[in-house]
Amino acid sequence: MQELINIFVKSIFVDNMVFAYFLGMCSYLAVSKTVKTSVGLGIAVIFVLGITVPVDYLLNEYLLSAGALAWLDPSFAEVDLSFLSFIMFIAVIASMVQLVEMVIEKFTPALYSSLGIFLPLIAVNCAILGGSLFMQEREYQSIAEATSFGLGSGVGWFLAIVGIAAIREKIRYSNVPAPLRGLGITFIITGLMGMAFMMFMGIQL
Amino acid sequence: MSAEKTEREPLFSRKNRKLITTPLGRENPITVQVLGICSALAVTVKLEPAFVMALSVMAVMGIGNVVISVLRNTIAPRIRIIVQLVVIASLVILVDEVLKAFAYEVSKQLSVFVGLIITNCIIMGRFEAFAMANKPWPSFLDGIGNAWGYGWILIVVAFFREFLGSGTIWGYHIIPDSWYIHNGGFYANNGMMILPPMALITVGVIIWVQRKRNRELIEEN
Repeated sequence: MQELINIFVKSIFVDNMVFAYFLGMCSYLAVSKTVKTSVGLGIAVIFVLGITVPVDYLLNEYLLSAGALAWLDPSFAEVDLSFLSFIMFIAVIASMVQLVEMVIEKFTPALYSSLGIFLPLIAVNCAILGGSLFMQEREYQSIAEATSFGLGSGVGWFLAIVGIAAIREKIRYSNVPAPLRGLGITFIITGLMGMAFMMFMGIQL
Repeated sequence: MSAEKTEREPLFSRKNRKLITTPLGRENPITVQVLGICSALAVTVKLEPAFVMALSVMAVMGIGNVVISVLRNTIAPRIRIIVQLVVIASLVILVDEVLKAFAYEVSKQLSVFVGLIITNCIIMGRFEAFAMANKPWPSFLDGIGNAWGYGWILIVVAFFREFLGSGTIWGYHIIPDSWYIHNGGFYANNGMMILPPMALITVGVIIWVQRKRNRELIEEN
């Protein structure tokens, strides 16, 4: 149990998707204009990451990695399908996003219309595919670990986008140099937030 | 459509040349369209991986744009995203295998970011915005142009980060050894430049300079 909490906290703060790996920057920059929409997108990302990482873990464990097919028949133990993992992962993600889209459209139509184009774009949000690829690279031991990693990364991404959205709402009242307005200042603020998040790096979990 | 076809355009007509040049500046994928930021920031610690990344994206985009453009009349609109993802993913697998075979060290450094070319929004964005509506040759030029617009930002960022952060360019030492403090000199590498936040700030500064020079790009707050 302690191990799971460690992975969860670590993936929120130390290995934050946005500040440590720059994943999911496109929607992070584009949707962070108001806190309300960014909360919605953040929750959608937590949800999608929390589902896709464990599903991709199972795929990786029982289908794709070297010797994974041994449960079917001992003669398959030699088979290594890991080169297919990109296509498999992205297929899982695309179908999950479709599912989330339907759920949100059914239950919160207001959120659905305010997210607009960015909902389908979660499919190409690098944070989601990145979550699965990091899961594969770091070789988590069990599905519980993979799930807590997925949820933790989602929460980290959520915190980052809500934070930047709050700052951007306030910055509208300040006098930013004209060429830096909009995109430029957002980059620089993200950099500064990243520096603040770096203080978590020293934590050993 | 057929009337246009009879009058063949020269391969590098003014319109086609424009496809290559506008993404370098006014329509730059990173600084103006805000596409493909993730990989741009993560692989720019050193010049070499940045260069390899730019080349890989160029290969995937050039070929992918042509494939999508050839298929554009047969793809049903409802399933286009899946078709596009499959095309990208297969090309990226090819690139990944080639890198593993011929440039193993660099491929190790790039780690998951080769796979993340799949979700690089530039590629999807250009498929959607251009290749779905245009003929193969202009699509090819558009792909190369945008990849190059993406690539040069990568290379500039990587140049500054490597030079200021480790005192090297492409792995060669530029700052003389005797300048360093531990050899009795005055110079120290700026360790901050290697860390992630400075990549963001470097791109921020590039955007600043670009918009200072080209005022029509300035945004409302």
